[in-house]
Amino acid sequence: METASGSAVATENLTRSFGRRRAVDGISLGVGAGETLALFGPNGAGKTTLLRILAGLLKPTSGSATIGGVKLPGGAEVRRRVGVISHHTLLYEALTARENVEFAARLYRIPDFRGASERALDRMRILDRADSPVRSLSRGMRQRVSVARAMVHEPRLILADEPFTGLDVVGASVLSQLLADVTQSGAAVILVTHNIDEGLALATRVGIMDGGRIVLLDDRASIDRSAFAQRYRNLVAAGA
Amino acid sequence: MLSDAWLIARKDLAIEFRTRSAFLSALVFALLGIVIFFFAWDSSAVSAIDLAPGVLWVIFTFSGLLGMHRSFGVEQPDRGIDGLLSSPVARESIFLGKAIANLVFVAVVQAVAIPAVGFFYGLPLGDVALPLAGIALLAAIGLVTVGTLFSAMAVNTRFAELLLPMLSLPFFVPVVIPAAQATAKLLSGRPVGDAVPWLKLLLAFDIVFVVACTLAYPFTLEE
Repeated sequence: METASGSAVATENLTRSFGRRRAVDGISLGVGAGETLALFGPNGAGKTTLLRILAGLLKPTSGSATIGGVKLPGGAEVRRRVGVISHHTLLYEALTARENVEFAARLYRIPDFRGASERALDRMRILDRADSPVRSLSRGMRQRVSVARAMVHEPRLILADEPFTGLDVVGASVLSQLLADVTQSGAAVILVTHNIDEGLALATRVGIMDGGRIVLLDDRASIDRSAFAQRYRNLVAAGA
Repeated sequence: MLSDAWLIARKDLAIEFRTRSAFLSALVFALLGIVIFFFAWDSSAVSAIDLAPGVLWVIFTFSGLLGMHRSFGVEQPDRGIDGLLSSPVARESIFLGKAIANLVFVAVVQAVAIPAVGFFYGLPLGDVALPLAGIALLAAIGLVTVGTLFSAMAVNTRFAELLLPMLSLPFFVPVVIPAAQATAKLLSGRPVGDAVPWLKLLLAFDIVFVVACTLAYPFTLEE
C-alpha cells in the first residue's frame, strides 16, 4: 500500500484492536490535498474505526498517522484542520439548528461565528429552518445541519462517514456539490459510503476495506464501474 | 481554557433550561425528601438543629447525583461528545465546562432546599444565611467535580445509573462530613470561627478533587 509523507493524510501500518479483534489491521495509505478517497466495504470492515482514529476519537493500538504532516494525536491545530461528518449527527436536539452550528463555530474560535454559521446553513439550504429545534427536524434536515456543523470552520480534511444518510435527492445533490467544491479548493476528503454511484462520482481514488485491511486501492480513472460494483457485491455477499 | 469551559457550560445549561428534565426531578426529589424527613421526625427525641444538617446534606448529595447523571447523558443520543472531542477544545475544558454546569445545577437546588429546610424545621437562617451559602458552595464544588468525572466514566457503560452512585458516593464522604459538621456548628449558633477547621478541610478536599479530576478526565475517554 502506498504512503505519502507530504499528503493531507498519511497512515503507516495503522492498527486498532478491540480485545483480540483487529478492527483496523496495518493500514498504510496517503490522501493528498484536493483528493477524494471513497472507501467502500461491508459492515464491520473497519471503515468507521479508521475515520475515528483520524478524527482523534480513538488511539491506534500501533502504527502512526499524520494530518498535514503532524503526527496524531497532535493538538488543537490538527483538530482545527479536520471536519467530521458522521451517520450520528453530533447535534443537540434541544438546541436550534443555528445554535448547534454557532456552538461548533465558537468551539473552533471563528471570530465571526454568526456569519460563518449563517453561510454554512445557507450552503446546505437549511437556513429557513435555522431557528427550529433540531428535535423538530426530519432525519434528512438534521443531516443537513450536521454537515453545516462539520463544515462551518472550513476544514482542510473532511472525514465523511455515510454522509448521505437520510438526505433526499436535493440534499444529496447539495452535499455532493459541496464536497466537490471543497476538494477543488484543495481540501482532502475521505468518504465512507455503501452507495457505489455516489462514491464513484465524487472519488479521485477508490478503496475497498475488508477485515480491517485495504484490499483494493486504485485511481478512480482506472476503475470500471460495473466490474467494481460486481466485485464489491461479491465481497459483501461473501461476508453475509 | 476557561472561556471554552464556559461555552460548554452555557450550552449544557441552555439544554437543561429547555428540557428541565433533570432539574425538575432533582427539585421534586429534594422537596419530597424534606417533607418525608419532616413527617418521620420526632421532635421530642431529636432537636431540629441536630437533625437539619443531616437532612440538608443527604438531600444535596442525592439530588446532585440526578444532575450529574444527566451531565454526559445529554451527549449520548447523537454523539455530541464526538463533536466536542474532535474540536480544538482541550479535554480539560470539556470537563470544567461540564463541572461548571453541574455546579450551577446543584447551587440552584441548594437555593431552593435550604430555605425549605429552614421553613419546615423552624430554623432562623437569617443570621447564618451567608456563611451557610459559602459552605454549600464549597461542598458543591467537591461534589460536582467528583460526580462529573464518574459521570464521564459511567456514561458509556450499560449500568450507568447504578455505577455513578456506586463510584461517587464513597468519594463524596470526605466532602459531606466537613460540610455537615460546619453546618451543624452554624445552625447551633456557634460563631463562624468554630466551623473554620471543617471549612479548611473542605477547601483542601476541593482543591485535591478539582486538580485530580481535571487531570484524570482525559484518561476516561479511552475506548
